[in-house]
Amino acid sequence: MKFTWFNLMPWPYLPDDFREKHRSVWVDIDSRLFDPAKANEVYNSYMDMLEYAGTMGFDGIGVNEHHQNGYGIMPSPNIIAAGLARRTSDVGLVVLGNSIALYNPPVRVAEEFAMLDCISGGRLVAGFPVGTSMDTNYCYGQIPALTREKYQEAHDLIRRAWSDPDPFAWNGRYNKLRHVNIWPRPIQDPPPIHIPGGGSVETYDFCIDNTYSYSYLSFSGYIRAKALMQGYWDRVAERNAPDESPYRAGFAQTICVADTDEEAERLYSEHVSYFYNRCLHVYGGFADAPGYRTIKTIQTGALSQYAPPLGGYSELTWKDLTEQGHVIAGSPETVRQRMEDLIKGLNVGNIFCLMHVGNMPMDKCMHSTKLFAEKVMPHLRDMFPDYKDDNRFWCKPLAKQAKPGSLPAEKEVAALVGGKD
Amino acid sequence: MEAKTVKTHHVPVRYFEGGKGEPLVFLHGAGGITAEDPFLAELAKTYHVFAPLLPGYGDSEECGELREMLDITLHTWDAVAALGLKDPILVGHSMGGMIAAEMAAIAPNDVSRLGLICPAGLWLDDHPIPDIFAMLPYELPAVLFHDVEAGTALMTAGVALDDPEWLKGFLVQNARQMGMAGKILFPVPDRGLSQRLYRVKAKTVLVWGDGDKLIVPAYAHAWKKAIKGAELVSIPEAGHLMTLEKPEHVAKAISKLG
Repeated sequence: MKFTWFNLMPWPYLPDDFREKHRSVWVDIDSRLFDPAKANEVYNSYMDMLEYAGTMGFDGIGVNEHHQNGYGIMPSPNIIAAGLARRTSDVGLVVLGNSIALYNPPVRVAEEFAMLDCISGGRLVAGFPVGTSMDTNYCYGQIPALTREKYQEAHDLIRRAWSDPDPFAWNGRYNKLRHVNIWPRPIQDPPPIHIPGGGSVETYDFCIDNTYSYSYLSFSGYIRAKALMQGYWDRVAERNAPDESPYRAGFAQTICVADTDEEAERLYSEHVSYFYNRCLHVYGGFADAPGYRTIKTIQTGALSQYAPPLGGYSELTWKDLTEQGHVIAGSPETVRQRMEDLIKGLNVGNIFCLMHVGNMPMDKCMHSTKLFAEKVMPHLRDMFPDYKDDNRFWCKPLAKQAKPGSLPAEKEVAALVGGKD
Repeated sequence: MEAKTVKTHHVPVRYFEGGKGEPLVFLHGAGGITAEDPFLAELAKTYHVFAPLLPGYGDSEECGELREMLDITLHTWDAVAALGLKDPILVGHSMGGMIAAEMAAIAPNDVSRLGLICPAGLWLDDHPIPDIFAMLPYELPAVLFHDVEAGTALMTAGVALDDPEWLKGFLVQNARQMGMAGKILFPVPDRGLSQRLYRVKAKTVLVWGDGDKLIVPAYAHAWKKAIKGAELVSIPEAGHLMTLEKPEHVAKAISKLG
């Protein structure tokens, strides 16, 4: 199993009446709710927390990209990952990912990921999301009906930029580059690639064809994810993929661990409620720019978000969220059992553990993280003995990595010219 | 109006045809058009009307090869040629007006009469156009109609805007149609037309609703300034979808083209 400790980086100071007073947490969220001085503390404590998780036995620490978003203040995950690369060792740096259609030109992603891979000594796990409609279309202005074609071209360009040893010309529809020759190059050839998807067959096939791991990054938990992940595995079987390795798939799950189930509710329910009831308040008009999704998806999708609000919002309670599986919470034993259900039920080898939730303070977050790392994770390690050597979807760091602090002592520098310190 | 299909280089084009008189090509707006459209019926009293659908509209085939404004402008010229028409009266509403204006700018010698009904295509920083791509169905009537209540009924044929079956149909159609419209209008409906409008030689009539809340009447003046000799006809108590609200008035304004 590969466990990645993941932080979305929510803004923890959304007011109690956020849903009543503001129409959306994303795209047109009121900038007056953001306080740059407080952000100094927020960013640093979030990075501290990722670094802490990096020492606790997780396989990876994870970051992602959102724009104009109150629950994800990380428009550039690469900046965070660069900081983490310097202050962690051994742990994988999971950047899930860069919305490659948004970079102009996309070789920027090839370059920055190569830098991260070199700085970290080959610890990069790369993600290439298409990006949500909110980020890609409404914030970054990509034309919905052309987004997927542009994404595909960006992907092809990045892969070639990583692999072709010679300068080449790229005459794409969306990118015209006469001299592609990125410098630096990644250590890994190529870094493992994870593709967040939302259930389209095209994305299933894209992952199968390229040996990419398919990740379903939902906040609604493993019970509701069953049908979608089964669709993926059915496709893997139908396509006669060489194997059904669970590492071909990943899943994001909100997890809270305490000493007992009751204690979990007491410690975390406030923060879980903050996330599910406040942070996920997205205006329906931003959910799905016309042309972004396929007709089939619309025909099978829920429609409630398109109807006028009936006045007031219902609150999802701790009971709702834990029973329906949005959140796996409780004692180490409870969490272990439910994680087993998740892992077996979805057949997933990569788990993105959403362990910082909403406005959770760092002490609680450390407590939950430590319990998970020490009392849950070890019991889940060998869920897939048949595939224990399958490293195709994970990073392969250098055996000996450079570390910060490599400079010689000032005395030695002075000795160069015969001086004294 | 009769629904027909004509072959073009890229894709078969669906179009509505009806009426007798001089040939007139009508290009619909982002919301699309049906054979029962009251404005087409009004035009058909005087003209031989051809109303081609953009790919993806109504029951017509989508076309991935059309990506940019130039592709769409030339495709629409292809459709006019395929219909066997030469210098028809060219009329467009909203997004269709933008396409018509592009056609007239790119081929000024092929368009001698141009009717632009509250066209898209210009952008004034002081009057940002509401983002219809980020609106929920129930929010649309307020920006599209002068009389919101009557407009809502026109839009849904009386069905409640939160009726699940209506919604599903609306959303599927919306994804096809507005997905196509997005190539022209998203995220800001300006594809550089203002730099090309000086080329238009056609006799031009601009028609604008006084109560247009989507592309407000300030735009009418910007258009009038941009096209030499253009005549502006204002329609009182009419919103952006005045072809539904005031079809007779709009048709009368178009008749000034002769």
